[in-house]
Amino acid sequence: MQLQALQELVHKTRDARRNQTLPKYSPAERDTLIKKYHPDHRENAYRPLKFGPNAGDKTVRELAALLEGDSPVSAELDLMPTSSTDVLVVGGGGAGCAAALHAHAHGAQVLLATKLRLGDSNTVMAQGGIQIAITKEDSPVQHFLDTLKGGHMKNDHRLLKTMVEEGPTIAKWLLDLGVLFDRDPDGNLHVKKGGGSSKPRLLTCSDYTGLEIMRVLKDEVLNQKVQLLEFSAAVELLSDGDGACTGAILQDLDNKHYMVVAAKTVILATGGIGRLHIQGFPTSNHYGATGDALPMAYRLGAKLLQIDTFQYHPTGAVYPEQLVGALVTEGIRSEGGHLVNAKGERFVNELDTRDVVSSSIIRECEEGRGVRTVTGRLGVWLDTPLLDVESGLGTLEKHFPAMVRQFKRYGIDITKDPVLIYPTLHYQNGGVQIDVNGESGVRNLFVAGEASGGLHGRNRLMGNSLLDLMVFGKRAGTTAAERAKAMKHGKLTLEHLARFRAEARKHTGALAVHSPMLFPDYARKE
Amino acid sequence: MDFKGFDKNIAIDQEEVLRPKMVTVEIAGKKYQVPEGITVIKALWYSGQEVIRGAGCLGGFCGACATYYRTKDDPKVRTCLACSTAVEDGMSFTMVSPFPARKATYQLSELKDPKQDLFNLYPEAPLCRNCNACTEACPQGIDVRDGVWKAVFGDFKGVSEMFMDCVMCGLCVPVCIADIAPNLVALYASRAQGAFFTEKPKRLHERIDEIAQGQYQSEWEKILNMDEQQLKDVCAAIK
Repeated sequence: MQLQALQELVHKTRDARRNQTLPKYSPAERDTLIKKYHPDHRENAYRPLKFGPNAGDKTVRELAALLEGDSPVSAELDLMPTSSTDVLVVGGGGAGCAAALHAHAHGAQVLLATKLRLGDSNTVMAQGGIQIAITKEDSPVQHFLDTLKGGHMKNDHRLLKTMVEEGPTIAKWLLDLGVLFDRDPDGNLHVKKGGGSSKPRLLTCSDYTGLEIMRVLKDEVLNQKVQLLEFSAAVELLSDGDGACTGAILQDLDNKHYMVVAAKTVILATGGIGRLHIQGFPTSNHYGATGDALPMAYRLGAKLLQIDTFQYHPTGAVYPEQLVGALVTEGIRSEGGHLVNAKGERFVNELDTRDVVSSSIIRECEEGRGVRTVTGRLGVWLDTPLLDVESGLGTLEKHFPAMVRQFKRYGIDITKDPVLIYPTLHYQNGGVQIDVNGESGVRNLFVAGEASGGLHGRNRLMGNSLLDLMVFGKRAGTTAAERAKAMKHGKLTLEHLARFRAEARKHTGALAVHSPMLFPDYARKE
Repeated sequence: MDFKGFDKNIAIDQEEVLRPKMVTVEIAGKKYQVPEGITVIKALWYSGQEVIRGAGCLGGFCGACATYYRTKDDPKVRTCLACSTAVEDGMSFTMVSPFPARKATYQLSELKDPKQDLFNLYPEAPLCRNCNACTEACPQGIDVRDGVWKAVFGDFKGVSEMFMDCVMCGLCVPVCIADIAPNLVALYASRAQGAFFTEKPKRLHERIDEIAQGQYQSEWEKILNMDEQQLKDVCAAIK
């Protein structure tokens, strides 16, 4: 059957669907659905770690290989520092820029190193918004409870309370930097409702929230003349031999030379793992999302949390082929867009949490109610034209210009036709364990943003990631800067690496891969 | 995955995509055979090239993959983002190296008269000669030239609305015969608009005060002293 004929069913059933309300699943139904269909529960995709701080814990095979992987750095490397700084920030996305700006504002000398350009990140792509409880009907406590529910009660309470309470001051900070959030006619910040949230709480900059925030933060990092090293990837951390982090080894990606950076404190803000394509999933993530912080922190002895759980965003594009994996913003569902199977039926409350919606899409496809594309991909429809029907012509164009543009490039008009979607690998729920100041289990090693774990539990709510970056970027940056003021540089050694390698030899016969991975290997070899 | 019970009729049939047709493209002067319809950046990978400078978000937002291209027999050189443009037969393209544009640095909070300060920070901004090359170069379809004039005439609000789509790819910069960096001018105007000319949101400041005054303290204590089951019940009751 032709695409148009299948789309016709979506058009034909639209009016009937509009009168339908689908209840959310009960907690028991959610559990059953997730256990049966969510990729986190595919046993054969996981294995226990053989050694290291998380020995015995299960994670996906792709990540396990990197965590047990070997450093590219030789034990004989000359550790004479090529540069020295108070605070070294690794990563140039939202968390890295926030950390660098706050550390700088607290009077520290800051060096920001990133393997791509400043600002190349997942942050820049965040379309949905940033969750901050500001309305009268809402409160930080409600934000806390919603997030806890979404995270299956597994969130770290202290981290979560910190995040929701500091949200409003973060909004003020961003406004003062010139970020243009959408407004209500009375001048207050406009809020939208996100999946899994009981109250409208999303602050947005149309569907360019991440881009707007990233543009401003990047510009501010340049204004503050923070020392920058672009195309320079951290490949190993340094320790004083006594359990504290004292710097990092960077690799200049142009000439491949190593640079030894002595730092009083190090902040890892390297983002998530989408580009590992775990379980073969396409991803919405940026080119550098290879989870670099995880193996580096792991080798230095930092404990990781909840590394067995990942977020598959329900609505990744599956057609056209050029857009596979690209995100179709949750905003479409927030504004009333339906998910429709090949029979023209709705099958889930579209505003349920991401794990529930993703699981139900996978269920539809596995049970034969999915639509198959020519390249063999399966998906279900997201009824985008419904938004114009419900809220008036031009609604999509006005509220989702980025998405309209994205599909128009391939001749698809989402205001007239629905789009095909399937879950795409989106977010690493867990990461390096941190305290409320972003400090890991290793002294003077801080982690902020997606690379850290605990805050989101086993499922992150829409809009909580941007807030996470800003709150814990700030706290890590501030704490690292204050700490650095009162201390001297530590000894630079690779003793932790010698220990790690000795342990690896005991457990793995075969030669381990090098980690961090830095980039996916897409260049064709043959 | 098991797709038993799958209805064969529910499939989009386009044979040509099942067996990709190969097309010839020219990448920075060298010809390659690549599958039709893949993105420009995937064509680069397909040709065996590793791309580090020029690959960013891969989603059309970061502006890292600014590219010049020309289609078969068309003299017009166009611009695109390599991550979101499909290749076609006879297309030639090359990625654009970062252009050494000058970004003015400033302390936002110390600006006294941001609309006037524009001329100190970017003295070239009013020298636009209306050639419109910037607008033609914009892969986002922004009327860049109009934006520059709006900035010069102090309509920062207008600029900020027009440039919300700007991915800072910088393709408007090398074409400017007056050496203006329109994207940077627009970013300055947008930030100034947000920081100086936009109403302070009253409700937000009330919430900040409420938190500072400990208004939620008793609610927090109640919640945080609950045992796991009680908390679970509270969460389960959320609508």
